Amino acid sequence: MTPQSNFMVLAPIIPEREAELRELLDSMNRGPGQVDPNNSLLPFAEFETLHFARFVILDDKTTEDVRVYGLAPRSYPLYLAFLGDFDGDVNGFLGKLIKRAGKGLGKIFSCCQGFLPDTDLLDWMKQHEAPAIAVYVNWRGRTVRQIREEAALYDALLSHIQKQAASLEGLEPQELHAKLRAFVNAEQSAGRLKLSKEGPTPIGWQIRNLAHMIGFPLAGLLLSPLLLVIAPFYIIALRRLEKSDPVVCPVADQKHSENLSSFEDYDVTNQFSAMGSLKPGLVRLLTTTLVLKTVNYGARHITRPGRLGRIRSIHFARWVFVAGRERMIFCSNYDGSVESYMDDFINKTGFGLNASFSNGIGYPRTNWLVRDGCLDERNYKEYLRRHTLPSQVWYKAYPGLSAVDLERNTRIRRGLEMSSMTNEQAREWVALL
Amino acid sequence: MSEVDYADMQGLVRFGYGQMTSALYALVRVKNSDAAKRWLRSAPVTTAVAQKPPPKTAMNVAFSAPGLRALGVPESIIAGFSHEFWAGMSQESRARQLGDVGQNAPPNWTWGSYGHEPHALVMFFAEPDQFDSFVQNSRDQNWSNAFEEIISLGTSNLDGDEPFGFADGISQPQIDWEQRLERPTTQSEYTNVVALGEFLLGYRNEYGKITDRPLLDADAATAGLLNAEDMPAKKDLARNGTYLVMRQLEQDVRGFWKFLHEEAAGNLADAAQLGAKMVGRTRAGDPLVSIQAQPIPGTDPRTVTQNQFTYASDPAGARCPFGAHVRRTNPRNSDFPEHRPSTLRKLIIMLGFGPKGFYDDLTSSVRFHRILRRGREYGSELLPEHALQPGPPNEPARGLHFICLNANISRQFEFLQNAWIANTKFSGVSGESDPLLGNRESIPGCPVTGNFRIPGDGALGRRISGLPQFVTVRGGAYFFLPSLRALRYFAGAA
Ligand code: HEM
Repeated sequence: MTPQSNFMVLAPIIPEREAELRELLDSMNRGPGQVDPNNSLLPFAEFETLHFARFVILDDKTTEDVRVYGLAPRSYPLYLAFLGDFDGDVNGFLGKLIKRAGKGLGKIFSCCQGFLPDTDLLDWMKQHEAPAIAVYVNWRGRTVRQIREEAALYDALLSHIQKQAASLEGLEPQELHAKLRAFVNAEQSAGRLKLSKEGPTPIGWQIRNLAHMIGFPLAGLLLSPLLLVIAPFYIIALRRLEKSDPVVCPVADQKHSENLSSFEDYDVTNQFSAMGSLKPGLVRLLTTTLVLKTVNYGARHITRPGRLGRIRSIHFARWVFVAGRERMIFCSNYDGSVESYMDDFINKTGFGLNASFSNGIGYPRTNWLVRDGCLDERNYKEYLRRHTLPSQVWYKAYPGLSAVDLERNTRIRRGLEMSSMTNEQAREWVALL
Repeated sequence: MSEVDYADMQGLVRFGYGQMTSALYALVRVKNSDAAKRWLRSAPVTTAVAQKPPPKTAMNVAFSAPGLRALGVPESIIAGFSHEFWAGMSQESRARQLGDVGQNAPPNWTWGSYGHEPHALVMFFAEPDQFDSFVQNSRDQNWSNAFEEIISLGTSNLDGDEPFGFADGISQPQIDWEQRLERPTTQSEYTNVVALGEFLLGYRNEYGKITDRPLLDADAATAGLLNAEDMPAKKDLARNGTYLVMRQLEQDVRGFWKFLHEEAAGNLADAAQLGAKMVGRTRAGDPLVSIQAQPIPGTDPRTVTQNQFTYASDPAGARCPFGAHVRRTNPRNSDFPEHRPSTLRKLIIMLGFGPKGFYDDLTSSVRFHRILRRGREYGSELLPEHALQPGPPNEPARGLHFICLNANISRQFEFLQNAWIANTKFSGVSGESDPLLGNRESIPGCPVTGNFRIPGDGALGRRISGLPQFVTVRGGAYFFLPSLRALRYFAGAA
């Protein structure tokens, strides 16, 4: 299995160069929200292991919100974030990236602080790496190559079925499976279809993964006596905060909202980046960290492939602290329009949403961390919209395919790898076609 | 809990005025705001009070955001309405979301394109013998001084069928007028009773919340308005009003039947069956899945044989395809993919360890996405057997003046139109949008969106390809259908 990794480069923009940077980023697009995958600065399409990538200028318009806590707003530098999700390990990918697109990246990063003509690109990117605190991967181990091969398989099967409708009609599910399997085998032998074998799982990754799988609960276990002692105080403190924390959900500015929409709904998948400040104080910081570490653990070791709780429309997602511990960004790639994304969240995984986002300033009031909150639908939607940032450049390696499409195709492929099926299995398999 | 005041509500919220079979929709722009207010002050706007005998004429009126502006309503008040209402249906990004691209794109519309929105929609309903005089009397001198008519849309009475020839108006949500419903945070069974706040502003919705709307300070001008239920110090301009979505949808009836007829190898009965698969009901309006014994709350006792069903008995879509129009627009599900799960089971499902079949749990819970349909047909009747012949030159168009009422345009109408009708990835399907309404335009990575799959039961289903576009959008706009109190406020607005 080839595990997926990610990177995020985060660097302050030189104020005088912001306009130039924006122009450069725009030049990578055919129009707002529509990247040219072969653009000359960073020809994304040439990286065959890259799933998603984006450039976002972290123009957080909500930094004033800390005033509700009587704090003076800080003036943060304006950051540029460049992030991607890909197959294999980070070093290998960054190496390829720099080799092929070093010049274009240099041009972009030269608008950021500390990037000089003689700066070593790799060193600089590593120095500016912003590690995620929690990461979600829809289907660990499924590579871009696999996705493309399986999509071609699905298309080939459909057109075969269309052409052979007469001879396939009325076949029992098991017979059908056998026939289609024979067809696919023949296509593979003839070199018209390719279904590559899974690559080996890197030993280093296996060890680290195991260490993480055991380490996190073990740490919890070891710390449990301490946690038990702290728990009552913590709970009292959290409940007090929940009851008193101010809610800041003004209606999102119409212009902002329309600007966001102009970047959305070109593909079946959309990008989402939301940024905000954490509520002040240790209790909230601890809560965020613990919740997100748990999310990260669950997403990595427990969730079923293709699902985050009940949600099946997210390809990749991550939570990252932005330069320090005061602000945070959440980035995801999801299917459908933003309204259905938010509804899905509220109705299917409101508890998770509340736990992970309610530590942000102004979030609708929660109860016991997981209750209420986003059920205050209008406020929650305005809150999210107000915190959303447009992604100046956004790339997806497989336009037109939703996460559910990918799951269907993988299920079809797995079915084909079985030499025989029970009648029940065959019925389910045939229903995918 | 407050009693609803039917006398403060426009009749369309409560009635479809079915017995008044003649209707006209006048789309107007305000020429002179003083004259418009004068007209409003004397306009016989019909309320939702039930009358015996029922009235023979009715008039209702709704305003768009530019219309409120033209009446002189301050910008700060208009900004209190929802983003969608404020921005309008024909804005480019919104059009993309709604599938209004290609032929459907707003620049091609007959009315309502961006910058040319109507200001008001005035709806006239009457029994046929009263219709002409009623409409004429209403368009008096004030009217001519006040308004410039962009277009007047006539309607026709097809005896309950829509122009393709299928029975329409069978399924409607039942509104919880008495607000008796205690809304649990989760609902594990499909119900047809829907919270009042989903259809009327100023009341609690399915989330138990009251939607955002303009709340005004109490002063002499607002004295006639009701107090807001959640903020009694404020005046609720929108209470007892709602949003009205209108779209003119032209139907290519000949193209529809010609396509079905060819797919059915020239057999008209088979063509009708195929059509039924696309609609999700037979031409007579019968559902494709069986009626269940267990009652569904909110099902009109008179329509049990056509409405007491869900798709739970048809998880593979073998009887009613997932992609069928009525299954897309009302999947009749609940908040959970299983029937009455225990608390433990709910937790398991929530954490993602519920049913693991490919098609399980793919569709959002419908109770947040219901609409009240109030549209009417236009054009003459054309039976399927006649539709197969080529039409005369310059044949008058046929279609649906689609109208729906909802309190949250983005979560109700737009969600339905975007996520369920236009979406080529609805519920695990691929390469197909609504078989009746889809625009068949390609999207990045999906050159084909004109398929329609009829799943088989354990066997290969049938995938029909090359569906032409049967329905074309000719116009559309978002309106606010105010309460009688709000109308008086607008009529007096500075
Ligand atoms: C020309 C366009 C349209 C045609 C010909 C059409 C036709 C039909 C027909 C024949 C029915 C079955 C009758 C019934 O269940 O009451 C129906 C139901 C329905 N339609 Fe449409 N329709 C059109 C447009 C739309 C649009 C634009 C929407 C929403 C955005 C919509 C939403 C619904 C809903 C919600 C139902 C009821 C489903 C249920 O509750 O089971 N329709 N339509």
